Amino acid sequence: MTSAFPPAFRALGSPSFADFLASIGAPAPATGEGSVQAPHGTTIVALTFADGVVMAGDRRATMGNVIAQRDVQKVFEADSHSVVGIAGTAGIAVELVRLFQVELEHYEKIEGTALSLEGKANRLSTLLRGNLGMAMQGLAVVPMFAGYDLREDRGRIFSYDVTGGRYEEHEYHAVGSGSSFARGSLKKLFHDDASAEESVRIALEALYDAADDDSATSGPDLTRRIFPVVAVVTSAGVDMVSEDSLAESAEAMLADRMRRPGGPRARVDDSQGGGR
Amino acid sequence: MSVPFYVSPEQIMKDKADFARKGIARGRSVVVAQYVGGIVFVAENPSRALHKISEIYDRIGFAAVGKYNEFENLRVAGIRLADMRGYSYDRSDVTGRSLANAYAQTLGSIFTETAKPFEVEIVVAEVGIDEDTDQLYRLTFDGSVADEHGFVAMGGSAEAIAGALSAAWQPGQELATSLRQAVHALGEHGTEEARQISATDLEVAILDRTRSRRAFRRIEGTELAELLV
Repeated sequence: MTSAFPPAFRALGSPSFADFLASIGAPAPATGEGSVQAPHGTTIVALTFADGVVMAGDRRATMGNVIAQRDVQKVFEADSHSVVGIAGTAGIAVELVRLFQVELEHYEKIEGTALSLEGKANRLSTLLRGNLGMAMQGLAVVPMFAGYDLREDRGRIFSYDVTGGRYEEHEYHAVGSGSSFARGSLKKLFHDDASAEESVRIALEALYDAADDDSATSGPDLTRRIFPVVAVVTSAGVDMVSEDSLAESAEAMLADRMRRPGGPRARVDDSQGGGR
Repeated sequence: MSVPFYVSPEQIMKDKADFARKGIARGRSVVVAQYVGGIVFVAENPSRALHKISEIYDRIGFAAVGKYNEFENLRVAGIRLADMRGYSYDRSDVTGRSLANAYAQTLGSIFTETAKPFEVEIVVAEVGIDEDTDQLYRLTFDGSVADEHGFVAMGGSAEAIAGALSAAWQPGQELATSLRQAVHALGEHGTEEARQISATDLEVAILDRTRSRRAFRRIEGTELAELLV
């Protein structure tokens, strides 16, 4: 049976769903001694281009030396104009994303207007800080947030540390176990005038390079048709790139890598606008 | 010693109901109507900021008439309940029926337990997979619920407007038709004198059943003007 709204539902309060949850005494994350083994998500990459930003994540979750899942999703639509990718303890990360999605939509419905991109990035920071106790026990989550800033008319990327510290990244960034390899790849491949399609390809190359050197990151799985999850965010909104189109890009990339396993060549005399 | 003045319960309820009706009748009316592709909400509301129509959840919308602070309080409570439920269970577990129930219980207890009843009337609409599965719940100030089909009119001249709509509305009509009927009925019967309501004085939104997740969308500016031509 449904009863009347409990008093807290009709009390004056903030437009934040997380604050509302806290006000009605929703259970806080448990803390305890010791450590547990749980699946971990691995590499997420993001890069900006002229019309927005691309984010991509591989599909592997690992638990120690075991592959816990081959087709896990680590890049999610946060709202109509932003995406969030997660590395770290999968269970907590997925829950964090769920709460973040509700948080953004809740604000939008109550206030009648969406939060600014900075506002969204700051909210994620606050939610992440709530997990600090768990992070200290080894259950850390490291998200990456990207979106199209409708006020500044550009794609932006934000990275976080486990304490909730929030940093804006320029041009490209990667998080997770394979991130140092992915970042090296992005550094060589990023350029200012890449199109959306080319940026998707650069993201796939970076994930391939990460998978090449990091055992916890997966490359495209042609036998099972499992490809990275890729989102393109422009002023028109979030577009999750279709599996067919990803299959095509991944196959083209692999064909090129058959000839050059190291990937596209970066020339020392290249005068194109390059990455930082 | 003074003897408390006796007022019969019937009289108390009648006075409260009259009070609430008078308050509601002071404001402009709202129409919620089905069309083939979903549900359209039409309110005469010159304000761009103080909405009478709102999204509650993926397939659920809300419209209200009466006192702004009171229905705003109910609107926020509804969004909190829906988001809470969707977050604790699953998005598909949030239903218009349970929301309408919560509103009915709340309005009912406010009406009987407090000195001043809420001067509001609300509609909770849930868009289904076709016109037969759409749900329109009309809730009045005393907590009564009516399950409506086709269209609902609320506000001071609700009866006259509903009369006009019952002559015009038919199942399977297009958005533009439902919208124009609603605007016409609001203009013709909303006030003593018939008039033409301009697009800038309208707040219009739809629950579009063809949209994959969040069905609610506002219709504004040139899009609204083109539909009204």
